[in-house]
Amino acid sequence: MNRILPWLVPIVVLLAWQAGSQFGVIQANVLPAPSAVAQAGWHLARTGELWTNIEVSAARALLGFAVGGGIGFTLGMMNGLSSLSETLTDSTLQMLRNIPHLALIPLVILWFGIDEQAKIFLVALGVFFPIYVNTQHGVRSVDPHLLEMGRAYGMSEAGLFLRVVLPGALPSIFVGLRYGLGIMWLTLIVAETISASSGIGYMAMNAREFMQVDVVVFSILVYAALGKLADSIGRLLERTTLSWNPVYAKA
Amino acid sequence: MTVTVLDHAADMSLRASSPGAAIALRGVTKAFGAHRVLHGIDLDIEAGAFVAIVGRSGCGKSTLLRLLAGLDRPSDGSIAIDRQAQGWQDVVRLMFQEPRLLPWQRVVHNVEVGLTHARNKRDRRQQAEDALVQVGLDGRGRHWPAVLSGGQKQRVALARALVSHPRLLLLDEPLGALDALTRIEMQDLVANVWQSKGFTAVVVTHDVSEAVALADRVLLLEDGTVAMDVPVHLPRPRRRGDRKASEIEGALLRRLLQR
Repeated sequence: MNRILPWLVPIVVLLAWQAGSQFGVIQANVLPAPSAVAQAGWHLARTGELWTNIEVSAARALLGFAVGGGIGFTLGMMNGLSSLSETLTDSTLQMLRNIPHLALIPLVILWFGIDEQAKIFLVALGVFFPIYVNTQHGVRSVDPHLLEMGRAYGMSEAGLFLRVVLPGALPSIFVGLRYGLGIMWLTLIVAETISASSGIGYMAMNAREFMQVDVVVFSILVYAALGKLADSIGRLLERTTLSWNPVYAKA
Repeated sequence: MTVTVLDHAADMSLRASSPGAAIALRGVTKAFGAHRVLHGIDLDIEAGAFVAIVGRSGCGKSTLLRLLAGLDRPSDGSIAIDRQAQGWQDVVRLMFQEPRLLPWQRVVHNVEVGLTHARNKRDRRQQAEDALVQVGLDGRGRHWPAVLSGGQKQRVALARALVSHPRLLLLDEPLGALDALTRIEMQDLVANVWQSKGFTAVVVTHDVSEAVALADRVLLLEDGTVAMDVPVHLPRPRRRGDRKASEIEGALLRRLLQR
């Protein structure tokens, strides 16, 4: 029963939508029927256009995430562990954090044109901050009692990091990870919509020019599905690595 | 409670004649800024003794224990364990007020934390399992700490402290957070293990009857100095509510409540 319940609302909405289109309540050029959207999707999948664009978008998303997340994780760790490193960089980073990264789009286009680098740069920048902030917070919130125990029991610095600091910071790092995944898609959608010659955002913008509302709606649904997929993977990772924690073990 | 005596030939050969360490403190002073917590303490603890340190909060008893554990250095004076002024951290193990288990490691891995220098992995696992048997947690090795009761967690912490066969075991009010019955069980367990293994034990506690139940010698700390040094010559295993024990408790309490 609990497995079906979450699907109840979407199914009802979908049925109402289909019925509304069928009886002419919803205009097809405003919002095409779900069946029409499905048909457009089927067509795109058949021609292979869909898969190429998903591939391009996913590659951009993951590369940007890896770069931004990697730098964010490293800096978060450094600033969580060393107060010197924190004094040096944290206030600068916090200042940068308050600039909405999408505001940089004009500048980024001037720097990189509408090339791949532009999109990857934006995604990396967007992902960087949630990962950085949460990693640093995670390291900070590691129980000092456990650190003292580790030292008293003769753990080396490396052992202390791997057995105490990293696992202790992990729940918080995962919060950053999942938040970062959300930002990743958001940034990519905006970047691809504004300037791209491939990818799902491009597919949507291209369809708009030809008034193919069904393709536009379908593209939006693809984004939703990809976002949900990324979040599910994040959750799965969280559950498997945090199985020691009763909060996650139950789910 | 059954207690198995475990002796590893390799460890035995490393030890001196006694499995316990002798401690000598000379003029040990500890100050935090302008605040002096310990005032020139001179103290000898013989190898294999069980000593309890009691006192009001803030008398410096926990500070003294941290100095012995090597977690802090004295501001002045010297501490020698087995006549060595330093490098003895490996033969000393400390049990904290809280279990301080790593929640992300299973019980047996938590015990293995005590074996930082152990050679191969299978050896380590076996020793950890043996230590768990010793504290009465046979078969709990694969559990997560989160599912254990407070008393069981503290048993795991005891196993972690014992697994490396320390020559000196320090206990910082390790039973303070347990309920009365679990506490008595744990006291018996600690006393039994101490008797069978022969290490030196120093326990810090604010509970006078616990001190008398466990130790051969009770030190009363007051304003950073040893105010009373009371021997406890009572047969083991000790019975609760013993008349002689009550007398000693009474004397200590009178001193504690004097001010």
